[in-house]
This record gives sequence, structure tokens and C-alpha cells, in this order.
Amino acid sequence: MAATAYEAPPPPPSAPPRPAPRRDAVRTWKWSHRLAFGTCWACGIALGLVCAAIVVYMGVRGVQYLNPRLLFTRPQPGLAQSTTGGILDPIVGTVILTIIGIAIAVPLAVVAAVWVVEYGRPAPLARAVESGIEVVAGTPDIVIAIFGLAIFQLPILAPVSFTASGGGVFGRSFLAAGSMMSLIALPLVFGAVREGLTAIPAHVREASWALGKTRVCTIREILLPQVRHNVATGAALGMGRIVGDTAVVVVLLGATLQIERQGSVPILGDLRGTGSTLTSYVYNASPAGEGNAPQKAYAAAFVLLLIVLFLNFAVDLLGRRRKETRA
Amino acid sequence: MSAHERVADPFLDDTLPSLPPPRRRVRLDRTPVPVAAPGDAAAAGARRRQRGPGGPERMRLERLSVLYGSHRAVKDVSLPIHAGEALALIGPSGCGKTTLLRTLNRLTETTAGATREGRVLLDGTDVEQLEVTALRRRVAMVFQQPNPFPMSIFDNVAYAIRVQNRKTPRRRDLEPRVVDALRRAGLYDEVADDLDRPALRLSGGQQQRLCIARAIATRPEVLLMDEPCSALDPRSTAVIEELIGELRRELAVVIVTHNLAQAHRIGDKVAFMYLGDLVEYGEAEQVFVDPRAERTRDYVAGAFG
Repeated sequence: MAATAYEAPPPPPSAPPRPAPRRDAVRTWKWSHRLAFGTCWACGIALGLVCAAIVVYMGVRGVQYLNPRLLFTRPQPGLAQSTTGGILDPIVGTVILTIIGIAIAVPLAVVAAVWVVEYGRPAPLARAVESGIEVVAGTPDIVIAIFGLAIFQLPILAPVSFTASGGGVFGRSFLAAGSMMSLIALPLVFGAVREGLTAIPAHVREASWALGKTRVCTIREILLPQVRHNVATGAALGMGRIVGDTAVVVVLLGATLQIERQGSVPILGDLRGTGSTLTSYVYNASPAGEGNAPQKAYAAAFVLLLIVLFLNFAVDLLGRRRKETRA
Repeated sequence: MSAHERVADPFLDDTLPSLPPPRRRVRLDRTPVPVAAPGDAAAAGARRRQRGPGGPERMRLERLSVLYGSHRAVKDVSLPIHAGEALALIGPSGCGKTTLLRTLNRLTETTAGATREGRVLLDGTDVEQLEVTALRRRVAMVFQQPNPFPMSIFDNVAYAIRVQNRKTPRRRDLEPRVVDALRRAGLYDEVADDLDRPALRLSGGQQQRLCIARAIATRPEVLLMDEPCSALDPRSTAVIEELIGELRRELAVVIVTHNLAQAHRIGDKVAFMYLGDLVEYGEAEQVFVDPRAERTRDYVAGAFG
């Protein structure tokens, strides 16, 4: 058995064991490295401080001015701050607008992502769709808003928006603003779902096809359940963007103080009517706007900040849970 | 074996400066008839050798060629596949074994740019004329990577039994068939206490057996296996090899493997492929002990590949 000589394990290395590495101390570094190191720390801390300053300042102001009565009374026009009421309508407006936007964006984005990843033929068309969505993602929201106004002022779309008594179409309503808001959320959901789908290895699809399943069945039963977390993450990110957007609200929602019903039908009329969100309320109530109710602006801004922080937290949580299920 | 073919292969060219023999060669020289695997599987292997040729012909390849664009991955291969026996496809990497296997259930069609020439017959019918979903329920496949779906063990097998999206067969009605499939895959005793456990919690070998259970749940006639053990440890490999020995009693097994010892242990017939050509096909004993072609002899002796 001469072969065993080849297969014997190699002898242990004869070199002396390395000395245990000493604790790496900044004192021993070159000056240039120390400078770079210090700069990195400084940048990180500075950014953290800016964020903390915003949150703490808004928190202090918010706690100072926010009270439950403010949250549950409707805003009123008035000259003195004591007569302008609460912020109920902007909160409700924010919620309605977010729901409409996400309800439109999520199905569209998921279907588009599934098509691009799973079919993607003809390839040039798929590429065009992808870059189109990227362009939408990079478009300033005011441009989207103006474009939406151009569309929703068409007489044919009068039924979904605020219409003047003379028949002039204003193109302003929750429906109009919501559908344009969906364009702002759509690229985020699309990107998240596309990423999730491309992360699923090809042999998982093939395993399903090899069991005699059609492509459609594979997508429904195997692929979509696996990207559920991506949909949720994308939707939460998109909600954050919708909640924080101002331009579309000002241009397409009218930014009226109260939710103004169009016609007499309760819910449908509200959707056709105008209103405001927290962002537009903050702008209008601040010294820059016409309301001149800075304390209420702070209170509303604090509520807005809480909503956005909550959504960020939700995104984080969803992402983390997904990693755990993968492992 | 013509002379110019030998020169085309640098590994066989005697005129090249001779390199020191690779270490691996020593081991392979000792194992034309393998002594590997823990006792049971080896004994089973010896037992299997005694079996004669299997049942009727299930599939037949007639002058099959597969092209990726203009590259010919499989060239003019004709091959019978019999029920009741295991056919092992061996050959160096990139020689078209896996492509050939995937053509049998028309999975190559999903690759862009792949085209097929020649015929593949299943029980005398061209697979082209069968509906693809029906074909794949009759010609099932197990992959290299254990790939259970991220659902429960029960749902993994039930998914294979259900027709497309239909939820109609209820759990109670499906249970006997699921249990039967798991039992035939030799997995039932290990998971019987909790079929609702997530399938991804199982060990690698168990996952692969779950994939086999999933594949045989629809009672296919042919089972294709693409290196089913290459991601598994030796113990799981032995279990699966034994399982293949059992399964092949009731269906035709086609297995692609890089492991010559494994091909020898479980294959009744062995087909050796090289650069898309089918070089040799015959009884396992004959291919390993007394190969007709020189390239086969070199390959099974571990000279290249």
C-alpha cells in the first residue's frame, strides 16, 4: 500500500506559533490614517446628531403643543390660533390618500415585476418597462403632480374630481391625488418584488415545473408566497413616501382645510372631494403659509414624524424577519 | 478509436511533456470494483448485480440532438430506457448528461435558445405530442440541490398531487397518498410525528428524500435524477442509493452521476457520454470491467474527467 504515503496527513507546520496579535491601538497608526479615522467618526456622529436634533426638537415641541382634543377636532378657518380647531381632517386625509395610493400601486407593481422577471419577453420591451419605472422613480413629485392635473382636468374624467357649478373640471380630488401618489410608491414596490424574485434560485422554479405545474401555478403557489415579505417591505417604504409628499397634495388634492364632500353621497362624495394631509397642513399653518398657527404646525409635524418613524420601524422589522426565515 | 481523436485530447496525448501522475489516480486505480459505502449498501449492490435485464421498454431516444444556439450539446444519441432498472449516465463535466436528462421531460425547452432534433418516445408516443404538464407527471425529476418548497412537509407532497391550482382534494382525502409517497421514499418513519413541520427544517438528506417523495407521489413511470447525492454526506448518500435500488423495481430510473463508484453500485445499465456523444452503453458490469471503447476504459480507470 504505497498509496497510503500520499494520503497521510501533512506534518504539522514547524514554524513557531505566531505571537498573539496585540490590541490594535490608534496611537500606533500613521497620522494620515488617524486623520481619516477621525473624519469618519466625525461624519457619522454629525449625521446622527442632526437626526437626533430633528427628532428631539420636534418631540419637545410636539409634546408641548399636542393634546388629544387637537387630534379629534376638525380644523376651522380663523384668525386667532385659539379658533382654528384641530387636525382631524389632515390625519384622515393622510390615511385615505395612503390607502388609495398603496391599493393602486401594489397590484400594479407586483404584476409588473412578475412579468419582467418570470416572462420578460420580448426582452427589449421588458427593458423598456424597467427603465420606464426607473424614470418614474426619478421624476420630481411636482412634475408628477402637474402631469396628473393635465390628465384629471380632461372633461371625460370629470366624474372622479371636484367640478365647478359651471361644468369646469378642477381635476382635484382624493381619487386623482391617490392615483398619482401610486406612481410615487410603485417603483419602490416594484424594485423590492423584483429583487425578491431574482433571489429565488432557478432550480426552485424548475422543481415546480418538473412536477407538471404550469408557469402560472408556479408563480401563484411557490413564487408569490416567497416574496410576500418583499411586497410588505416595498409597500411600507411606499407608504412612507406618500405620507411625506406635499407637491401632489397641494396641486391635486386642493389642500383645503377640511375634507369637502363633492355631491351628497357619503363615501364616494368624499373621495371625489378635496382635502388636505398633514404635510400640506404643516405648510399652511406654519408662518410660511397663511394659517399662522405655528403651534399647531409643530403638533401636526410631530404626528407626521411619528407616522414616518413607525413605518421605518415596520420596514426594518419586516426585513429582519425575512432574514430569520431564510436561515 | 481513431488516432486524431486521441491527439485532440490533451489528457491523452503522449507527446506532451509527462506530468507527475495526479494523486487521485492512485485511489481510482484501486477501485474499478468499489469497496466503498457502509456495509448495507455494498451488500445491496452485490445483490442487485444478480438481477437480469428489467421490464419492458419505457422510453426510447432516437437520434436525439440538443443544440444551445449553434452549440451541439447532445449529438445523435439513441438509447432505450427500460422499466425496472436503473440507467446511470456517466461522463466528464459538460458532456451533455444533464442536458440529455432534462430533454426527457422537456425541461430544456425552458432554456432560451435550446432546440431539439430527433425523437424522444414515451411508451411509443413522441413526447412532443403529449401535453407538457401530463408528460412531467409521468416523467418526474429530482435535482442536484435538495429543493423542497418553503411549506410544510405535507404540503410539499400534496402540491405535487394536486392538479394545478385546485384546492379541491381535501387534506383528509390526500393524506393516504401523501403518507404512501413518504413511505416509499423511506422518510415517513422519521417525520410521522409532525407532518406540518416546515420542510426546510429537515436535514439535507431528508430534504432530498422529500424531493423524491414529491416526485414519485404522482406514480410516474420514469424517475430522472440529476446527481441527487452530490450535495449530501456519505451516510445520506448510502440511504438514497438504497432507496433508488428499491424504487427501480416499480419504475425506470435514469441517474446522472459523477461518482463512478456510485454508478457501479446502483446502475443496471451504464451509458458513458463524452463531448455530447454516446460512447458506450451496456450492462454496468461490462462497461466497468470490459469496456469496448478506449475512451470508456480511460475514463473508468480515472485517466481523465
